Amino acid sequence: MTYLTAIGGYFLMIKNVFRRPTKWSILKDLIFKEIEDLIYNSMGIVIFISFFVGGVVAIQTALNIDNPLIPKYLVGFATRQSVILEFAPTFTSIIMAGKMGSYITSSIGTMRVTEQIDALEVMGVNSINYLVLPKIIALMLYPFVVATSMFLGIVGGWAASVYGGYSNSADFIFGLQDEFIPFHVTYAFIKTILFAFILATIPSYHGYFMRGGALEVGKASTTAFVWTSIAIILVNYLTTQLLLG
Amino acid sequence: MIEVDNLRKSFGDTQVLKGITTTFESGKTNLIIGQSGSGKTVFLKSLLGLHTPDDGTISYSGKPYSEMDIDERVGLRQKIGMVFQGSALFDSMTVEENVMFPLRMFTKMSKSERQDRADMVLKRVNLVNAHKRFPAEISGGMQKRVAIARAIVNRPKYLFCDEPNSGLDPKTAIVIDNLVNEITKEFEITTVINTHDMNSVMEIGEKIVFLRKGLKEWEGSNKEIFKTDNEAVTDFVYSSDLFKKVRQMYIEERN
Repeated sequence: MTYLTAIGGYFLMIKNVFRRPTKWSILKDLIFKEIEDLIYNSMGIVIFISFFVGGVVAIQTALNIDNPLIPKYLVGFATRQSVILEFAPTFTSIIMAGKMGSYITSSIGTMRVTEQIDALEVMGVNSINYLVLPKIIALMLYPFVVATSMFLGIVGGWAASVYGGYSNSADFIFGLQDEFIPFHVTYAFIKTILFAFILATIPSYHGYFMRGGALEVGKASTTAFVWTSIAIILVNYLTTQLLLG
Repeated sequence: MIEVDNLRKSFGDTQVLKGITTTFESGKTNLIIGQSGSGKTVFLKSLLGLHTPDDGTISYSGKPYSEMDIDERVGLRQKIGMVFQGSALFDSMTVEENVMFPLRMFTKMSKSERQDRADMVLKRVNLVNAHKRFPAEISGGMQKRVAIARAIVNRPKYLFCDEPNSGLDPKTAIVIDNLVNEITKEFEITTVINTHDMNSVMEIGEKIVFLRKGLKEWEGSNKEIFKTDNEAVTDFVYSSDLFKKVRQMYIEERN
């Protein structure tokens, strides 16, 4: 029953996000601030993780190819498929559920605890729209983060293969191009957009409707991370079944 | 003017407000007092529309809140200024941006007009050198003054203050009391203050509503509170020896 109430509350919040919009001149500033906080400030960790995970995928693929009949270019092929289909969109989003999600929940939760949300409501501001809509719009740039992750994951795989002696550059690049299906990129970006919406809204819900003090803000951040991750995994499964199954 | 008629509010099985009827007049400083758990905060939040009453009506200038449509409610809220107990200033904004926020949100004023208005109200609350500082960089008393400045910057018809003196030293508390009282007179605002502070009761309580266990136990002015025989009021107001002696002296002087 509690879960159903929470799910109902979440969808009612989504409805309220698009009602009584904030003045454009203010909304614009909020969007730019959120782009800086959520997108720009996440680039460092995404770049670092993507490069090294791409490298690890390449090394593990190479080490598992014992059969001499299996061509070396398979390292590039496997790296491309792993990075584009799963690592960049899904794994990065799980990491972002921790990084962006805890930031969103704690910042909104702190505003709740310190009555800043009540202050907005008393003034006649639609606080849900004011706080959540800029995050949703800012995260529409999230595909850019995932595209960067895709590119750097593949570069990391190439660097690990070539400089680690597992494959040569020509083989790796041939593997990258072999049997490339452009729709796989489209599929990855479709689910990225859905993940972006989840990343903006589920942590916002947990921050906005939290009750209590500073300790509860921490608990809400943890709960938000868990539920955002679960939602991402479920949506990942559903989109994969619908688009590739 | 705010009229409250038979206001009731429960949370689960707990009945917090059990039928409160009172009136808050414009140009007057109205105080709500009572022990912790008497329903003061729920009453104030119900007046503000942050809690929906289970029964009863709250009318602003004769119009019941429950009969207002969404646009009228939004319009009403833009005429309300609120000073929260913890000030509730926006952390990410400077003092000046906090004060200009309601103007930016609800008026078509140019940047220079907003700046002039913010300068004026910050000067009015005796805060002249803190424009570019963030709330975390100023003292509690200064934060309260910024909160008052933000509350009055859009020329409200109604001003609500929740424990405006909590956490302040007695001298600063008196400054805040006098400031709110002066502003109430100057702008002919209906001011409602939720307080525990007996200095405020004695100094600025033109109308005092005493709540006890969710009911209005007594109402009157700061002059009448000296004379009341209501035991619950005298127990609450004169709980300290100092106030008991002051009351005794007052009564002896009158006799």
